[in-house]
Amino acid sequence: MTATTDARKLAYIAGQAADARVNVELETEGMTLNIGPQHPATHGTLRIIVRLDGERVIAAEPVMGYMHRGYEKLTEVRTYPQITTLVNRIDWLGSFANEVPFILAAERLMEVEAPPRAQWIRTALFELSRIANVVLFLGDMGVQLGAITPVFFAFRDREFVLNQIEAVTGGRFHPNFDRIGGLKDDLPKGWIDETRGVLDRIRTFCDEMEDLVAGNEIFQARTRGIGVIPADVGLSYGLSGANIRASGVDWDLRRDSEMGLVHRELDWKVWTHPDGDSFARYWVRLQEVREACTIVGQCLDGIPSGPVMAKVPRIIKVPAGEAYVETENPLGIMGYYIVSKGELVPYRVKIRSASFNNVSITPWLLKGVYVPDVISILASLYFILGDIDR
Amino acid sequence: MNTLILAAELAYWQQTSIRAVVGLAAVLLPAGTLVYLFLFKMMSFMQSRLGPMEAGPYGSMQLLAEVGKFLQKEDIIPAKADRVVFKAAPYVVLVSTFLLVLVIPGGPDLMFIDVDTGIFLALAVSSISVIGILMAGWASASKYSLLGALRATGQLIAYELPLVLAVMGVVIQAGTLNMQGIVMAQAQGEIFGFGGIGSPFIITQFLGFAIFLVAVQAELIQPPFDMPVAESELVTGYLTEYSGMRFLMFFIGEFATAGIFSALAATLFLGGWYVPGLDPTDTLFNVIGPMVLMGKVILVAFLIFWFRFTFPRFREDQLQTLAWKVLIPLSLINIVATGVLKVVF
Repeated sequence: MTATTDARKLAYIAGQAADARVNVELETEGMTLNIGPQHPATHGTLRIIVRLDGERVIAAEPVMGYMHRGYEKLTEVRTYPQITTLVNRIDWLGSFANEVPFILAAERLMEVEAPPRAQWIRTALFELSRIANVVLFLGDMGVQLGAITPVFFAFRDREFVLNQIEAVTGGRFHPNFDRIGGLKDDLPKGWIDETRGVLDRIRTFCDEMEDLVAGNEIFQARTRGIGVIPADVGLSYGLSGANIRASGVDWDLRRDSEMGLVHRELDWKVWTHPDGDSFARYWVRLQEVREACTIVGQCLDGIPSGPVMAKVPRIIKVPAGEAYVETENPLGIMGYYIVSKGELVPYRVKIRSASFNNVSITPWLLKGVYVPDVISILASLYFILGDIDR
Repeated sequence: MNTLILAAELAYWQQTSIRAVVGLAAVLLPAGTLVYLFLFKMMSFMQSRLGPMEAGPYGSMQLLAEVGKFLQKEDIIPAKADRVVFKAAPYVVLVSTFLLVLVIPGGPDLMFIDVDTGIFLALAVSSISVIGILMAGWASASKYSLLGALRATGQLIAYELPLVLAVMGVVIQAGTLNMQGIVMAQAQGEIFGFGGIGSPFIITQFLGFAIFLVAVQAELIQPPFDMPVAESELVTGYLTEYSGMRFLMFFIGEFATAGIFSALAATLFLGGWYVPGLDPTDTLFNVIGPMVLMGKVILVAFLIFWFRFTFPRFREDQLQTLAWKVLIPLSLINIVATGVLKVVF
């Protein structure tokens, strides 16, 4: 035991000495660089401590929690209808999508089901919030790589989507529209036709982005083969959403599970990409926006008539029990685990948000890349700070 | 043509002060024009927005507002900065800009200095800005600045070569290093016996023009070659710690250099102050020459800024690869081809 250990130690020391002899002229000191918490590339307050050798990253460590708002604890003193206001602010770019899994979990506990019309409108709004969210990514990825123009196009066209969401819900950013048992209101008059026009705009925007960003040679040189996540590594880190689909894993909860939305009745496609690099993540999201347009279009065609609210008591008390519902949100899988003791407020709510897992792969992923690639990889993983820290 | 000839006999000090004023104007006016025309307006239109509209008609006074804003700002020097070097750095960058403008002729008799090695001098003094940038990055005592400055140094050194080599083709064709001589060669040249439009070197030296533009883009640290300032990763690199007046000086340096490099490109490849159809020795050009040159500067600058607003940026190693493996061999081929053709024809 000791003999082998000593032999190993000696071998190690000899190796070190050999390295030192080689490096004696090129001896450089590492540098620790704090990217964040205030840095334009972190979309808020993510901090990444990178250890650099020149421009090459030796080690990277994400530090989270600068935006922790204690939502899980806050839910314990809020009634169920009040909680949707909170969860709106988790992934603030696709707010409506945050409400859906929570409401579905509560509905499952209460054993009520939203009427078909509510489910269809929910699906349409769910996908519209996906568009509002991912469209911004499509432009922002350009900014992170130095092209300043795409993001303005993204903001321009996203505004139309937000207008449609606002027309239904009254909230541009934070709709707070989903209710246990259905929706707050029905659709306004003329909304369906207007939304069709907006979908055409978004499709044009996707074509523009395909030309301007994804088709650009420099963009491809910067993203192809950079930040490659093999499927097994991605799965072991709990990646979800477009990040794991870009690694070739054909897994989309909208198709693969009974979420409580009507995706499975519609005709659409789950896109995957075999490469797993930054470009693949961009490309998959680009296709997903197009697919979301298809889904919303089919929803608009197929919305049945009827009420938008099921019969639920005025004061909502959720029966004792536990329920976990997860949905395929814009950023990945989002789930709520609700423990109820039959009171006005939940006993405990555990929020599983996608970005937390998506960012946790960074120490593995950023090892050995250059500083500019740190930014492009982080951008391609696409996290929202509110979704990391909650 | 060796000295500035004015209609009135002026004392030395009078000539000198006129030159100083004109020199300032020659640096600042194009810079202001480019900033307003391209950075404020063209960029906004490309990004489906209006840009500044409030200050003056159509936002035309926005520049003054910006300068006023910068002048009011506190001049912050980081605690650990090397104060002397930190303060001196913007001046060094500006020196390179002001020296560059000296060699550009605005008309047959209109120039600051008439040296036989004009273009050589211009390319030599353009490298001074590297020192200023390195000083800024080192003295800021910030890691982002240091990374930015080192990137800038590597980049500027790499792109000096294609810049110089691209100009070589023009020099071979014109047979002179003198800027005035290059303009005259284009004005009096002929394309296969047809002298109607002179012989702007962009036609024969198109490859050289393209290489020159790419290298200028890198020299100016503009996208797609803006890693030294890369605001999304290095938070504007060597400029991170600068504020107020000193930042403004870097800013002026950047855009004035853009204007002057455009003027260099216009002089070398587009015929400078000359317009076809007129006699190049006509003294009329002393009046309209600067305006013609300005028009051509705007044409070239349009290209430069168009690239700037469209492309994402390269990575540092990709940029070096482009310089050493693509641009330099291409410009060498260009030189060889030009030399052979020069001898043949």
